[in-house]
Amino acid sequence: MTSRPGRLDRAALAGVLVREMVNFSSYWRSTTFSATVEPTIYLLAFGFGVGSLVSTVAGYDYVEFVGTGTVATAVLFSSAFPAMFGTFVKYKFQRTYDAILAAPVDPEDLVTAEALWIAARAGTYGCVPMLVAIAFGLDLGWGMLLVPPVAALGGFGWASFGILVAAVLESIENFNYVVSAVLTPQFLVAGTFFPLSGLPDWAEVLAQGNPLHHRVELVRDSVFGNLDWIDLVHLGVVVAFGGLMWRLAVWRMGRRLIE
Amino acid sequence: MTKRYGPITAVDGLDLDVPEGSCVGLLGPNGAGKSTTMRMLTAQAIADEGELEVLGYRLPGDSKPARALCGVVPQLDNLDVTLTVEQNLLVFTYLYRVPRGERREAIERALGIARLSDRRDAKVNELSGGMRRRLLIARALVHRPRLVLLDEPTVGLDPQVRQELWALLGALRGEGVSLLMSTHYIEEAQRLADTVTIMSHGRAVASGPPAQLVAQHAGREALEVYGPPARLAEVEADARAHGLRTRRTGTSVSILDANGRWEGERRAATLEDVFVLLTGEEID
Repeated sequence: MTSRPGRLDRAALAGVLVREMVNFSSYWRSTTFSATVEPTIYLLAFGFGVGSLVSTVAGYDYVEFVGTGTVATAVLFSSAFPAMFGTFVKYKFQRTYDAILAAPVDPEDLVTAEALWIAARAGTYGCVPMLVAIAFGLDLGWGMLLVPPVAALGGFGWASFGILVAAVLESIENFNYVVSAVLTPQFLVAGTFFPLSGLPDWAEVLAQGNPLHHRVELVRDSVFGNLDWIDLVHLGVVVAFGGLMWRLAVWRMGRRLIE
Repeated sequence: MTKRYGPITAVDGLDLDVPEGSCVGLLGPNGAGKSTTMRMLTAQAIADEGELEVLGYRLPGDSKPARALCGVVPQLDNLDVTLTVEQNLLVFTYLYRVPRGERREAIERALGIARLSDRRDAKVNELSGGMRRRLLIARALVHRPRLVLLDEPTVGLDPQVRQELWALLGALRGEGVSLLMSTHYIEEAQRLADTVTIMSHGRAVASGPPAQLVAQHAGREALEVYGPPARLAEVEADARAHGLRTRRTGTSVSILDANGRWEGERRAATLEDVFVLLTGEEID
């Protein structure tokens, strides 16, 4: 395509992002509430509940183990879910995307800007569990500064995944399949609440294919200052997942929106 | 241009021209292909055949710069309902690339057009239906478009509100903006459009200035004959036997260019007569 304002041009991305930001000003309270309270509850429940049974896991204090692990799951919850439901509502019920695509914005601009916006939110809210863990005694470290960008990168992949789901599925009821079959297992078998090394071999191998697991490892190694060559692999998986989901979301959403 | 959806041909070889500064009305029953035509002009539907050019840009390849110069008023309200009037306009100044220094003024101008300056801080879901519609139109104008596409701009509104919007659209024409408006309200097309294209089953069945279409297809006068259904059927058959064209209007039969053979009320022929004669008595 050779339109004069080229592909992915800044003005188009800015237009979509501004729309999201202005909208966010009307609902940030409820989003922030759930993004803060949810990981805190997980931390309290697992940290103190399971923490009373086991004091250390994989060499870490259990509260710190869970505190860092829930960063990645907080990212999942604040990106995949809003992307799935928000996108579906916007294009099907509110017809917002009809209005946006009538403007000089192409589906590729739209999908990319939406994913970037959710990624930015996930990068912010993803830090909440870490802050809660700090309040519970997690030591400060420079590696923590890597958490927001890692969380945002992960959020971008999950946001794209969510947009893809919204583009492919015909009804919002079908989202249950994705939540139960894809998101919940990932969430539980990512090394968030217990290390994967305790699983049977086959499950451990399967879990290696879980992008959330790589994000958990990346966050943990950053926070505890244990970055190693293996984290490049983790980073590679996170980037590849994000890139693949992004292109798939652009493709399928484009087919959905342009007749 | 032609657009198919599987076995259904929504737009079938339509040829349409909107001269600069004029208002063209697309008139047709539901399902005639009006909305599909509108969507093709913003590249939200891609034509299967034919060539489209909007303000000098070829579609769909060059649709992005073309869209920057167009304003779209959709048939279904898609305002952001939890935002204020002003916020809705602000978002569109960004989407339509109004330069930073001109945004304030663009918003004020749009508020003026919508006559919502004193409701700028009201949330959209607090507005009446008429106000929402005015905002929807003003939102399409923040960037001073050269062509405005209106898809059924007054559908489902009270007559008072409709007249208010007609005044607004009339004022736009005064500013030299080109308008393409789809409607199935005949009065709307008659009042606003310089030329009307009547669509049926995706085709243009007639095109021209409203008065000319009436003269050409319906003649000068029609006679309305009232009576019980049996009588109407009789008159209808009789008129047709005399080579005259008729159409049912529910409680009466209209006979076009009738002579003195029947008793009834004489009236001027209208665009509605043309519409029904050309698109058929029954809508399928």
